Amino acid sequence: MKFMRRFFARLTNSATQRARDERISEEIENHIAMQTDENLRAGLPPIEARRQAILKFGGREAIKEDYRSERGLLFFDNLARDLRFALRMLRKSPGFTAVAVITLAMAIGANAVVFGVLNALILHPLHVPQAESLYGIQHGNEASSYQSYPDYLDLRERNRSFDDIAAYDAAQVGLDAGEDPSRVWIFLASGNYFDVLRLQPFLGRFFHASDEHGPNSAPYIVLSYSYWHTHFQDDRGVVGRVVQVNKYPYTILGVAPPGFNGTLVFFNPGFFVPLVDQEQVEGVNDLSSRGKRFIFMTLGHLKPGVTKAQAIADLNSIGSYLEKTYPKDDDQRTFTLARPSLYGDYLGKPARAFMTGLMLLSALILLAACANLGSLFGARAADRSREVALRLALGASRARILRQLFTEALLLSLMGGALGLWGGFVLMGGLSAWRPFSRWPAQLPVHPDANVYVVALLLTLASGFLFGAFPVRQVLRTNPYEIIKASSRGIVGGRITIRDLAIVVQIAICALLVTSSIVAVRGLLRALHSDLGFEPRNVILADTDLSMGGYSGERALQMQKRMIDAVAAIPGVESVGFIDWAPLVSGGNVDSLVFTDATADLRRSNAAAESYLFGVSPDYFQAAHTVFLSGRTFTWQDDENAPRVAVINQEFARRVFGSAANALGAYFKMPDGTRLAVVGIVENGKYASLTEDPSPAMFLPFLQSPSTQTYLAVRSDRDPAQLAAAIRGTMRSLDAGLPVYMGPWNKELETALFGSRMAAITLGVMGVIGAMLSITGIFGMAAYSVSKRLRELGIRMALGAQRKEVLQAALGRALKLLGIGSAAGLLLGILASRVLSAIVYQATPRDPVVLAGVVVAMLLLGLVATWIPARRALAIDPAILMRED
Amino acid sequence: MKQKTDVPQGTLALMVLKTLDVLGSLHGYGIARRIEQISGDLLAVNQGTLYPVLLKLEQEGVIASEWGASENNRRARFYRLTKEGRKQLQLETQDWEQTAAIIGRFFAAKAEDLS
Repeated sequence: MKFMRRFFARLTNSATQRARDERISEEIENHIAMQTDENLRAGLPPIEARRQAILKFGGREAIKEDYRSERGLLFFDNLARDLRFALRMLRKSPGFTAVAVITLAMAIGANAVVFGVLNALILHPLHVPQAESLYGIQHGNEASSYQSYPDYLDLRERNRSFDDIAAYDAAQVGLDAGEDPSRVWIFLASGNYFDVLRLQPFLGRFFHASDEHGPNSAPYIVLSYSYWHTHFQDDRGVVGRVVQVNKYPYTILGVAPPGFNGTLVFFNPGFFVPLVDQEQVEGVNDLSSRGKRFIFMTLGHLKPGVTKAQAIADLNSIGSYLEKTYPKDDDQRTFTLARPSLYGDYLGKPARAFMTGLMLLSALILLAACANLGSLFGARAADRSREVALRLALGASRARILRQLFTEALLLSLMGGALGLWGGFVLMGGLSAWRPFSRWPAQLPVHPDANVYVVALLLTLASGFLFGAFPVRQVLRTNPYEIIKASSRGIVGGRITIRDLAIVVQIAICALLVTSSIVAVRGLLRALHSDLGFEPRNVILADTDLSMGGYSGERALQMQKRMIDAVAAIPGVESVGFIDWAPLVSGGNVDSLVFTDATADLRRSNAAAESYLFGVSPDYFQAAHTVFLSGRTFTWQDDENAPRVAVINQEFARRVFGSAANALGAYFKMPDGTRLAVVGIVENGKYASLTEDPSPAMFLPFLQSPSTQTYLAVRSDRDPAQLAAAIRGTMRSLDAGLPVYMGPWNKELETALFGSRMAAITLGVMGVIGAMLSITGIFGMAAYSVSKRLRELGIRMALGAQRKEVLQAALGRALKLLGIGSAAGLLLGILASRVLSAIVYQATPRDPVVLAGVVVAMLLLGLVATWIPARRALAIDPAILMRED
Repeated sequence: MKQKTDVPQGTLALMVLKTLDVLGSLHGYGIARRIEQISGDLLAVNQGTLYPVLLKLEQEGVIASEWGASENNRRARFYRLTKEGRKQLQLETQDWEQTAAIIGRFFAAKAEDLS
């Protein structure tokens, strides 16, 4: 109590310092006057009376100081004084200040951005209430979560662990809201979707489970906030409006809350349609087939008190029930739970690994920056050793001097942190607005929240203390008498100091970053030039989904044929191939189990392979430049009346038939028992991702395997823009209401390359930052060592030392550290590449180009960093130097 | 280098409180004179050290101060005991007497008493 009262009295006093100073001065004056009076009365002469009074009072200034420290909080008073002093010191050396602030800004900014992305992507990805108990149901044996609708219903009805379970699938529809028809990515969501997520509409209402009454019974859509904002211009009157979805009338029920962009971080649907309308949206009705696992994901909140393990056990018991009851469709049904936002572990795992790695790297960069500044700071403190010694000799406590140094360090780190955070903001703003895939509604809103601020502040303070701590030992060891007696020439060389270690660590980190970024760039280049199994250059992909124009069955097939013929007639077009899903184009791939011809029991576990499945026209292989190893392509006679045939790739032949030689003319079976004859074998290719291992693929004649999904691969030497315009015109003349998307196949590969490209860019950026840090670090050290040893070097030169020897003496140590650090970093980089190989195509450091690249980069870096100090060492004029002191 | 002036702060504070208790409102110089007189010049206090102590006591709320006029019409700051101060003085007096009594007994004790 009393302590508190005193504390607050002091706090207010600190604020009103000057006014209160007068009181004590007046009291002291009075006191001395009274004592003087007393002394006069005792008979002393006036001057002596006053002198005695003053003597008796004691040291006036000391007492005032005591009084002040009693009155105010010394801490705050000193802080203000330290800050003023620190500012003065920093202003006096603008070069040092600028280097320190920029270095810190880069390091802290990088950390803020990486953490911001980590925060948005992994820590707080979905803007739904109670996200911590929301789980996606994932398969136990693989990182995916697709389900069939009947299985979903079973899981929903039979589980005892979830409040409720929602399901959704991503789909693309044609939307006609009165203007140009456009293609929109949407979620087909179960009726309870919004209720399971515990969301409230921003406008109007959501659809609910009670709206579902069988297939195509709920012609309602709910717009996402951002789609409403961009495509309906925030028009509050949209609620109740009827729009055309794939030519069917749908009513807009409402708008979802802002910030909610569906339950996948990387996929922002434009609107939501009830799952029961699947037939109108996707052109097929799979609601009652247990074998069609078209639902992308199921998810729900765990009931309070139910643990993850309990829920998994519960789901697995339903799984074994399904296995027993539906042995044909459902075998091996085990489950696990994962965060839904990154499609469970499928993307979640690599994304987490990558972001963790990135966070680690940026933390290392910050550490390097701190080490770097620490050594600069230590060097400065050493330069100031005379000042420190003087202050110690005048009675300052060591704690007081250290506090002053820390104030300076923290001031620097706060300035750097503020600048870095500002830069980070700009970058995060750019990231939020960035749409990496032209075809996909993927956007990552990285809006920094309180977490980001707190982390940035903590990192700033931590780094301030860290590099501020470098000179501590130095100050504690300072012996004022020795330093003032001796000249300021410190002793350099000899023992290994913490500073040396710091520089080695920093160079090692830099070399690690350089190694990783070269590995990543090499991987990227290799991926760009790897054998894709087709040649995307000079091919334009025009794609549409005929179901959006209301086509199906025979009509769709006729339309596709007409499209092929019409586009082939455009002047300058070499060849046109049809394929239902173009390889390496985002959107999805179809795959199917295949069985050997001898297999009778067509259950999942008896399958010979799981193969990508493409429906193609006879000319596709020619248009795509896919090479035949043996056999032939299809003909237009391979239609529904002809025997079923297939073209397979090498990998398919190897897995199912043992070899390509056995495969030609042989048969294999599809899950529905259809026998297909192999008529041709093509080279292996990449189908879903560039980093995939060789995978089996089969191509079926599209006349025997119809699909409304339509990609036309148009090969031509004509200017892509002109050609695209011509194709668009042709398509419009066939059906003006059909939304068509067009782009060079090359550009479509961007999506597939996204992971490696991002890795290469981020590692490259970090590598550059790391290199800059190392340069300042080595530069600082070399420059310091040269300036400390100017005298010694001068003497050596005066005694006839050659340039080489002078350089050796001045920079030998810095270069040795550079060598040690680079070697260590290279070694670490080789180890780290194992992590990289998850993202980057064939990441391997065992590559002479990588090794040579790292060595050259580090040599260059050393050259740049030591250039100026070396020049300075060589420019020493012993005569001038020796004349000084 | 033990100096005569080293009066433990707590002791000086107690002396101040007692002085104000006996004499009522008094200025700094008066308090210093009084302590000097009573201690019979045994405590050659650096008179100035009194002021930080006075401030501390005031901030603790056991004494209060205001400007007033001294005997020979000088402006001076007068200190007086607050109600809380009186309580505090009582408590500390008891404590002090108790401590003194115990210490006294220890000094009075002979070797045979302790065995």
